[in-house]
Amino acid sequence: MTDAIAHHDEHRDDEGSKLGIWLFIFTELLFFGGLFITYAVYRHGNKEAFHLAGQELDVTIGTINTVILLISSMTIAMSTTAIQKKDKRATLVLIWITLLLALAFLVNKYFEWSAKIDHGIWPGSPLLEELGRGDTLFFGLYYFMTGLHALHIIIGMVLITVILARVRNNRITHDNFQLLENGGLYWHLVDLIWIFLFPLFYLIA
Amino acid sequence: MSENTHHIVPYRTYGLILLLLVTLTGISVAVTQIELSRWATLAALLLACTKSAFVLAVFMHLKFDQRIYKFMVVFIILVMIALIVLTFFDYGFRR
Repeated sequence: MTDAIAHHDEHRDDEGSKLGIWLFIFTELLFFGGLFITYAVYRHGNKEAFHLAGQELDVTIGTINTVILLISSMTIAMSTTAIQKKDKRATLVLIWITLLLALAFLVNKYFEWSAKIDHGIWPGSPLLEELGRGDTLFFGLYYFMTGLHALHIIIGMVLITVILARVRNNRITHDNFQLLENGGLYWHLVDLIWIFLFPLFYLIA
Repeated sequence: MSENTHHIVPYRTYGLILLLLVTLTGISVAVTQIELSRWATLAALLLACTKSAFVLAVFMHLKFDQRIYKFMVVFIILVMIALIVLTFFDYGFRR
């Protein structure tokens, strides 16, 4: 009997933990939702300028980044399958692929932003001032929303790196992987936001 | 208190969903490149909503999780729709 009491029973509430990350995801959805409404209102008032400004964006690079994020979403989802199958190696490989794809997304974003800045387009640039209100609003929102999204990617990479280390030292295992699942949920949120950013800025110009 | 009665989603399911998502992305790019103006916007947004539904249902496990998560997500989506509609009742009828 004393043995049973001496045995330290770790308290865990996986369901509560998952509920927590979902509540966080809802605040994020409303946060970005507010920005999407801002976009919609300004677009409504500056149709012509948004149309022309949107054509400045590179559809190819946007499409590539969309596909990159979709694949990374799949690999992190697959990693929860791998861990439940007690396949640590596959879990680690899948998490690594997710991280590399996230990095690839950021590298593309870097080149994309650099090209825009080279063309004289950045928030408050003299060129934008010349182009007028509509373009200023479009590119202001473009930099703010894609920038905020990129920040979420960076935070996600930090989180996924922590998860990677924990899988490696067996703190995340087949019967204790809620952190991995929560990290995945966060990563899918980042993907969800991009699913709307992509058509709004790159496609329906 | 941590028995995991998790549904293990097969790799294949995730692979198929990815294929579907990439196809939908391709369609939305194609549709918007062939200048159909107003309809292209609507189509691109509907396709984005469809893609989100698949991400939420399969990648985010809503399909396999307890129903409470589904209810909460639907509730949040309704809140967002209400916000959008109310905002446009204002902006749509100005002047």
